[in-house]
Amino acid sequence: MADSNTEQIEQVITDALVTFGAEESAITRDAELEALDVDSLDLAELSQIIEERFGVELTSSDVAEIKTVGDAIDIVAARAQ
Amino acid sequence: MSPSASVTPAAASEPRVSVLGEAQRRPEGSCALVTGAGRGIGRAIALALAEDGWPVAVNYRSSGDAAAATVAAIEAAGGRAVAIQGDVADPSVPAQLVEAVHTQLGPIAVLVNNAGLRADGLALSLTDEDWQRVLDTNLGSTYRLTRTVLREMIRARFGRIVNIASVVGPRANAGQANYAASKAAVIAFTKTAAVEVARRGVTVNAVAPGLIATDMTEDIPTALGERVPAQRPGRPEEVAAAVAFLASERASYITASTLYVDGGLSA
Repeated sequence: MADSNTEQIEQVITDALVTFGAEESAITRDAELEALDVDSLDLAELSQIIEERFGVELTSSDVAEIKTVGDAIDIVAARAQ
Repeated sequence: MSPSASVTPAAASEPRVSVLGEAQRRPEGSCALVTGAGRGIGRAIALALAEDGWPVAVNYRSSGDAAAATVAAIEAAGGRAVAIQGDVADPSVPAQLVEAVHTQLGPIAVLVNNAGLRADGLALSLTDEDWQRVLDTNLGSTYRLTRTVLREMIRARFGRIVNIASVVGPRANAGQANYAASKAAVIAFTKTAAVEVARRGVTVNAVAPGLIATDMTEDIPTALGERVPAQRPGRPEEVAAAVAFLASERASYITASTLYVDGGLSA
């Protein structure tokens, strides 16, 4: 069950993806970022947002591992503990 | 959150940008940074941007008195400016410089990569030091400052980066292989950086001056001036006018371009 911190991370990531142009209804844990038309510029901006909001610095190799929305939430949740 | 469940909508208080790449107005409280702005073309650019209402960070390496004079001229005209020392060729300086500008004037909406130097010699006799310091100053600083400010510009959905190139680079000029290589690379860097961020409302352009009358060109033979179709050297203010235009909201659909300010020399 998601704790409040994870919910906050989900919210921030969802907000960012919508800002980048993703359809909100298509944003699910299993949704692949590529399918949401999220590209490398979007991911670079998402990394900045995550660093500002949660103090989690994602390296380019971390970002390369993120394939789905759930991957992004999980890596931030794990590092933000 | 369960797999495949829709994530809750964004809070109403969160700002959203729904139209990417659409030109926006300059962010309130933002400023311009001009490198190498104590003298010559840089000084004229700082003055022109201030005239357009930008608070201006006047970066300089060694000419502190000249930078102070640039600031004084801007303030006398009713503008706002601060002088900030820093050798942008030093890889550690660009990030520090951006931080200092933030602290003193606010977020950077306009970056003019103007700092540059010459160390002329035939390619067969150039030293490694002359090669490296020209590349570090003219190209390395442009890359590092651009990289740093783009992070905030893409978030702001507004940014103007103007890189000062040269007619030398696209065209040959014997004795300036290092300078030409650096300036041609600045144009190539400009184009690629521009296409990467275009949809975030950030433009990246180059201005390529020809023969401009400044301290940097005073030792250039006057015969070169006769090759200019306009039959005269340009003035720093004529280069600054092009930069100010590209930095303005009016130039919102111009990106990845090189604007020649050369009296027809490159034709």
